[in-house]
Amino acid sequence: MIEKPSAPAPREITTKPRLSDRIFRGTVTGFGMLSLVILTLIGLFLALRGFQTFRHEGFHFLTGVKWESVTSESGVITNNFGVGAMLIGTVLIATVALVVGVPLSVLCALYLTFYAPERIKKIMVSVVDLMAAFPSILYGLWGFFVLMPMVQYWAGLLFKYLRWIPVFNAPQPFFERSPFVAGMVLAIMIIPIVTSVSREIFAQTPLDRIQAAYALGATRWGMIKTVVFPFGSSGVVGGAMLGLGRAFGETVAVFTVLNIVFKVNLHILYGSGGNVASMIILKWGEAVGDETKALLAAGFILFVLTLLVNMAANTIVKRTMKSGK
Amino acid sequence: MTTTNIAPVAPTKPWAPTPAEVLPSILLLIGAAVATYVIVAITPMKGKLAYAFLFFVLGTAFIAGRNGLLRGRSALVDSLASSIAFTGAALVFLPVVSILWTTVSNGVKGLHWTLFTETMFTASFSDPISKGGLLHALVGTLYLIFISMVISVPMGVLTALYLTEIKGPGSGFIQFVVQAMSGVPSVVAGLFIFASLIIATPIKASAIAGAFALSILMIPTVTRTSQEVLLLVPNDLREAGQALGATQWKTVATIVVPAARNGLLTAVILGVARIAGETAPLLFTIGGSDNLNWNPFKNYQGALPVYVWKGLLLGTPESIQRAWTGILVLLVLVLVLFVLARVFGGRRIKTK
Repeated sequence: MIEKPSAPAPREITTKPRLSDRIFRGTVTGFGMLSLVILTLIGLFLALRGFQTFRHEGFHFLTGVKWESVTSESGVITNNFGVGAMLIGTVLIATVALVVGVPLSVLCALYLTFYAPERIKKIMVSVVDLMAAFPSILYGLWGFFVLMPMVQYWAGLLFKYLRWIPVFNAPQPFFERSPFVAGMVLAIMIIPIVTSVSREIFAQTPLDRIQAAYALGATRWGMIKTVVFPFGSSGVVGGAMLGLGRAFGETVAVFTVLNIVFKVNLHILYGSGGNVASMIILKWGEAVGDETKALLAAGFILFVLTLLVNMAANTIVKRTMKSGK
Repeated sequence: MTTTNIAPVAPTKPWAPTPAEVLPSILLLIGAAVATYVIVAITPMKGKLAYAFLFFVLGTAFIAGRNGLLRGRSALVDSLASSIAFTGAALVFLPVVSILWTTVSNGVKGLHWTLFTETMFTASFSDPISKGGLLHALVGTLYLIFISMVISVPMGVLTALYLTEIKGPGSGFIQFVVQAMSGVPSVVAGLFIFASLIIATPIKASAIAGAFALSILMIPTVTRTSQEVLLLVPNDLREAGQALGATQWKTVATIVVPAARNGLLTAVILGVARIAGETAPLLFTIGGSDNLNWNPFKNYQGALPVYVWKGLLLGTPESIQRAWTGILVLLVLVLVLFVLARVFGGRRIKTK
């Protein structure tokens, strides 16, 4: 006799994840949090090691223009550390880089988005990506041996004709290794990031508005002026700020082309200047004890500075990207 | 049954300019070239820069002027704008050509076989380039790349999985943190490893310390590229996996990641290209040895960027030749990685 098959027990329906899923989600979440941990640790450790310098120098660390550690005959060490001159130099060089680099990048992005034939566009996008992959020491080497002689000539012209503008004046016509040269090298180094951000933003321009402008009889430039710029300008500002963050933190290329002098120098053509990152490299080799701590404190300042600029930039870019959807 | 053969219609482009329309522009450009030559000859301006500048100004002015005469003021402005946009793109293009050309033309002078079999242990940077080599630096760089990959690839890919698959409550914030991390200056990464590991733990300046510093720079690159790739995987695939009763872990491990594997490979390669030439963090963390060191956990290590750096700082003609040759080797490495990334990234994601 065959037994009647009993009805199968109803399957338990649950939304509770299985063990394997719980392990998976836990692991992945843990790794996701790790970047936050690393970022916090960077800030903590640099602040911790630089704490003594901050306490000793106080606010003067930001405004002071001297960097010296003097040992008197009786063996007493007098420290006087301040990154003021280097901070001003950092901003000065980055400004030159932005003034030269951003217009070029925006023009390039405009050309790639609205003018270039498909084939040229593909090549140029690769070229810009390649620029981002070049090592910074390569930019330094090239800047020193190829760009600097050219820029020195341009500096001579600027000095000759525009000396009446204070920025283009110089105590002596000595244009080698000036902030202007460093700014030019940095301008080329920030082009990839500013171009690719601007290009992404321009590509997000709502198509219906573009077509509306054309339908109303706008020329291509008219369309760009009335549709693309109002839509994308804040995003381009964000891209420029990402470039600014890059320019603040650049070390090796600036060190190679710049004559680092611990003085506030606002004459961009004159061969004397500095930036915080390259100053750290310059002083590192001979630094001992307190000076090492002071350099770590300078690193902390640089870290905070670039972090703030980057966060602001990313927020702006993100907001613009969203407004296109 | 008969079939009528219909000749395929050749696609036409009625909007393309005809030769008759292109001719005046070419004539105007030739005119601009002649005018440039004449102006440079009769005025005190001279040099290649003057030629390029004048030719650009005159050529743009001639063509814009013609458009303006024919079609009015807005056509003139439009024509000017497109010339200027083109010039911007060309000015971005020029430095790349110049960088590649100077590196290759200066670097090849110092290439020879013993470069890859000898170290700088017995040679000085000021010796003629035929003495010594960069084997130690090459080994160091390969170690650094390998260890950084071992650290950064799992971290980067898993973070990307968190951002795309889990989409937990904190994912917006983590996204923000990853972006902030990609802006950390390389010198700060080096200082951090010095301040945390080298001062406080038994890990001293060595390849592993350098790789830790480089990982800080590599993780955000790997994360962001992987995230973009994972977002491209169609949601249908994930839903199909779930519908067949797979757990999320199974879906991700057997469907999502394999579907995105070419893109993930690109993410890894781009990450390596990002760190291969980094110099600043290594100056604090690897010690910059001139001798071969096979142990990545102990003793000073050399690296290609540091080799270039040393040659550049010394400043003698021989050492600068070494720097150029070193940077050429480094550039070739970066270019190979870049092309590989393009090849893998160019393939479409398999959806079958």
